[in-house]
Parts: sequence; structure tokens; C-alpha cells
Amino acid sequence: MKDDIIIDLKQILKKYYIGKPNELEILHGIDLCVKEGEFLSIVGASGSGKTTLMNIIGILDRPTEGEYILDGIDVCAAKDSELSHIRNQKIGFVFQTYNLIARTSALKNVELPMLYAGKERAGRIKKAEELLDLVGMQERKNHLPDELSGGQKQRVAIARALSNNPAILLADEPTGALDSKTGRMIMDLFHELNKNNGITIVLITHSEELAEETDRIITLKDGEIMSERKGNRICC
Amino acid sequence: MLLIENILLALAGLKANKMRSFLTMLGIIIGIASVISIMMVGDSMKNKMMESYSDIGANTISLGVSQKVYDETEVKMTAKDYITPEMMESLMGRYKEKIEAVSLSKSTGSGKAEDHKKYANVNIMGVNTGFLDSKNLTILAGKTLTKKDQADARRIAMVSDKFVNNMYDGDINKALGKSVDILKDGKYATYTIIGVYKYVVSSYDFNSGNEKELATDLYIPLKVAITQSKEAEQYLNIDVIGKAGIDSQLLSTQMMEYLNTKFFQKNEKFEITSFSMEAMLQQMSQTMSTVKLAIAGIGAISLLVGGIGVMNIMMVSITERTREIGTRKALGATNGSIRLQFIMEAIVICLIGGIIGVILGIGIGTIITKIMGYLGHASVLSVTASVLFSIVFGVFFGYYPANKAAKLNPIDALRYE
Repeated sequence: MKDDIIIDLKQILKKYYIGKPNELEILHGIDLCVKEGEFLSIVGASGSGKTTLMNIIGILDRPTEGEYILDGIDVCAAKDSELSHIRNQKIGFVFQTYNLIARTSALKNVELPMLYAGKERAGRIKKAEELLDLVGMQERKNHLPDELSGGQKQRVAIARALSNNPAILLADEPTGALDSKTGRMIMDLFHELNKNNGITIVLITHSEELAEETDRIITLKDGEIMSERKGNRICC
Repeated sequence: MLLIENILLALAGLKANKMRSFLTMLGIIIGIASVISIMMVGDSMKNKMMESYSDIGANTISLGVSQKVYDETEVKMTAKDYITPEMMESLMGRYKEKIEAVSLSKSTGSGKAEDHKKYANVNIMGVNTGFLDSKNLTILAGKTLTKKDQADARRIAMVSDKFVNNMYDGDINKALGKSVDILKDGKYATYTIIGVYKYVVSSYDFNSGNEKELATDLYIPLKVAITQSKEAEQYLNIDVIGKAGIDSQLLSTQMMEYLNTKFFQKNEKFEITSFSMEAMLQQMSQTMSTVKLAIAGIGAISLLVGGIGVMNIMMVSITERTREIGTRKALGATNGSIRLQFIMEAIVICLIGGIIGVILGIGIGTIITKIMGYLGHASVLSVTASVLFSIVFGVFFGYYPANKAAKLNPIDALRYE
């Protein structure tokens, strides 16, 4: 295995209701490698298994069978109690619905993963301010989520996802709840972060159009990788 | 670090749902407030009783004749049922190392002193020296009744300063040596005033505020009162004053048994009963602790109900915030940190409720004790215990919901609508 591989999925199989009459196999053996600094997109219609794959990549769920090495850590061998720590350190989540913590300022939201990591206060604030600056939200750091627009919320969420210097940024339909103009801005931000800061991004989307902008497009269908091709990445 | 963040978070949550937070706390507030205020009232009652009983004197033992069997019918007393001077002599002889004096008094009823237009109401009391000693009277002028006065059955009297106010315009020296006519049952009796004592409001008095009508005790030698009443010298009850340092409770029992064995053995209807101040206080504190226990029970029930309310609202809060919990887990929160967050929230609710309850309880308690007229305090212990209990309640009733939150599956939690 080469050093620059961040995600290494081998023969990932996911079954639900194991041993019951309604046993369901969602993923039928996925092989996927993501290199450091790559901007990858996973596309597929609903029911294709992309959410399940995302849950596995994000270690919210374990595969039934297969091997998953994340940034050199064998995730499948890790105990349940260790998973939250790995999640905290290695994965930055960006959700379609932003999922900012209500009644908590933008700054505090960005601090949160560092708080769970046990980082001390001064360092948390410094890092959170830097990240808010990076996504252009420094001026609104003390605003509550309710006081921010959708695009602004997503920027804060991206800053939060980056706070523990994760191995990958896992974005699940990050523009799904935004209008096209704001969505464009968020996509531009991803390109910037990927190009200028070398951040590895896995984008999960159902939009072919957005996927075209990335380095590599994985198309899922019925729990299998149907195609894998290069995107015509635009430059920003 | 996480702890402070959790407290701040919980406070922000409470602030956002002010009404709901208040209603949740209400059970705890009422529970704690009732316990604290009733404790203060209990303390006030205790002080009040202590003061009433301290009128009797700490070493005083009361011996009295009482009916053996209490039923609806009233049993008529005959001469042999009373405590006689012989019995007292025998008792004094038996326990002379322990008895300081016997306090005897005989009320001959109320009367009125008259001098032209001036008048004063009195209760005529025939008393012995033991009575006056145990009363701890403050003599303002003149002297007290001596044993010799008693033996000689002199027609002399001690009056109160209030009496002097009404009869002699407050001039004590003018009153001394004066003969005063007391009208009682249409007859006059004349006494010479030899002493003036300071009137003390006793808790037994139910006088109106009008000092002009106030009836105070007029003390005359016991022998005089007995002669006037034309009855044999006999008592329904007597007060024995024990010597300093004696076990008054033991003496009380001993004397009661002595009298019963020696004089009331053959009496089918009556017997001697006794009580000492000490026994009284002991009984009282026993009663008080029973009352306190009952109150603690009531408090515990309302706290339990309040706690269940907290638990309920925590469940609601956790359901509402399922997505938040999912997000936190995705961001790396461990089950332990989620559990801690919600337990802290429950503790904050209970603690704030507890503190408000303490303040409210002290407020209500102060008002009630003011009305009762006797100060009562909430002990530091009870306040501290209330606050600590609130924290314990928070942990107890917060644990189950918090644990439920901690065990949520992050995938399901994130997708929760």
C-alpha cells in the first residue's frame, strides 16, 4: 500500500437484518481507494447504496465483511469505544442540513470537535478563528445558527469539519439545501480548500453536474460500483 | 473543561425554553420550598413551646391527681382524693435531700381593688414561699412574703407594678404600706401592701391590650387564702422544686410511685401522675421529630413527583434533539460525553429549582413565623441538604434519559426528522 492512500476499502459488504427472512444486502463488495489530496465524488440514484457507503466511510457504521484502512488505521479492528475518537480525529462531516448545534455561536460550533478531542481553550479559539477566517465567516463568529443564511451555515459547518485537521472531508449533499448561486459558492469553497490547502474531499451527491467538477467520479448502482471515470475538473 | 461547557450549554437551553424550564422546575421548587418553610415553622413552634414551659422552671416537677380511667363519665372527687398536707410532709421527709421546696398556691378567684374612682383587677392567689421562690419574681420595692408571714397568717399582699399604675399612678413608694380593699363576691377584704413585683406577661394570659382592665396576681399568704375559703387544706396538684443538679425525671417517677403506693393504693378512681419539665421537653422533641419525619415524607413525595417531571422533560428534550445528538456523535462525542451533557442538564434544572425553592421556602417560612410571633430558622444543614438533594435528584432522574441519549445510534439520530 502506498503512503498517500487515505481511504482503502476492500471487498466491502453490508447486509442488514442478518439471519432474518428479510435479509438485505446493500453493498456487494466495494473496492475503493482515495489518495491524499484527491477530490472524489460518489454519485448514484437513491437506493444505490451511496448513503450506506458514506456511513461506512465515515465510520458511523461497520461493514459486515471487508477491510477498511483509514489513514493507516484498521477501522474494522477498532473497538466501538475507539470509533468516536477515530471519527473525531480523521473525519470531517459536512451535512446537507448543516447540523449546526442550535443556540450555540458559530465559533463554539467550530470549537466543538476540538472540545471532544480535549484541546485546551485558548488553542481551540485560535484554531476556530483561523478556520472561520478561511471560510470567510470571521465577522460572524458570534452569531447563532438562527441568525445565519443557509450558505453561511454551511461555511461554518465546513470550518467545523476541518477543526481537527481530519484526513478527509466527507460531504453528504452539501449543496442540496441551497439555491444554485449559494451552492456554487460552497462548491467553489471546496475547490479552494482542495487546491490551496490540499484537503482530501469525498463528495456524495446525486447531481452528475456537480460530480463532473471533481477529479474522479464513482457511480454506484444497486450496491456496486458501476463506473469510475475522471471528471473534467474546472479551475477556479 | 467539558463540564463548564456543558453547564453553559444547559443554561442556554433553559434560557431558550424559559416557560418550560420553569414548569419543570416547579415540582422541585414546591418540594424544597415546603420542606424548608415547614422546618422553619417547626422551629418556631418549638421556640414557642420552650418559652411556655420555661415559665414552669427546669427543676420543677408537677404532681397531680388524675382519674385512673378516662371515659365519658366524670367522677366526683371526694376529700380523700386530694393531696393533703400530710402527704406532702411524708414526701418531703422521704426525699428531703432532693427537694428544695414545694410550691403551693391556691387561687381564691378574681377580685377588684377599689379606692374612690380608681380600681384594679386582681387574681387573688394564696401562695407559699416555695411558690414565690420558683416564680423568680423581680421585687421592685418592699419585700417578699416570708415564712413567718405565712405562719402568722398576716393579712398582707404583694401586688404587681401594673396594679400600682392603676391604683397609685405608678408611684411604688406610695403604694408600700397602704391598706387596700379588695372586693370579692360582694365582700371586702383588706390587705396591707408589703411588696411590689414586676409583672411579666406569661404565655397563659389572654388579656386584652387594655392595661386598665388587666388582671394581675395579688399574692397573699397561703394560710390566709385557705382560712378564707373555709375549705380543708388540700390540693389537686402541687409543684415540687428539685435541688439543683438532681435527675428531675427520676425524682418525678420516684415521687409519683411513692405517693401512689403509700396513699393512693386503695383509691380505685384516682391516682397521682407526674411530669417534669425535662420529660416534657423530651416528649416534645419526640413529637417534633415525628412531625418532622412526616413533613420530610411529604417533601420527599413532592420531590419525587418533581423529579419525575424532570425526567419526563429530559426525555422530551432528548427526542427533540435527536439530530443534535447524532451530529455530536459524528463529530466525535463519545457515549460518555453525551451522557454527561444530559446529566449536567438535569442537574442544572434541579439545582436551580432547588435554590429557588430554598429562597422561596425561607421567604414563606419567614412570613409564617412572623405571623406566629416566634422566630424560626432554617438550619444551615437543611439548606445544604436541600441543595445537595437537588443535585442527587438531577443525577438520579437525569441518568436514564441521558443514558438513552448516549446509546442512540448516530446513523438513525442523524436521519431523525
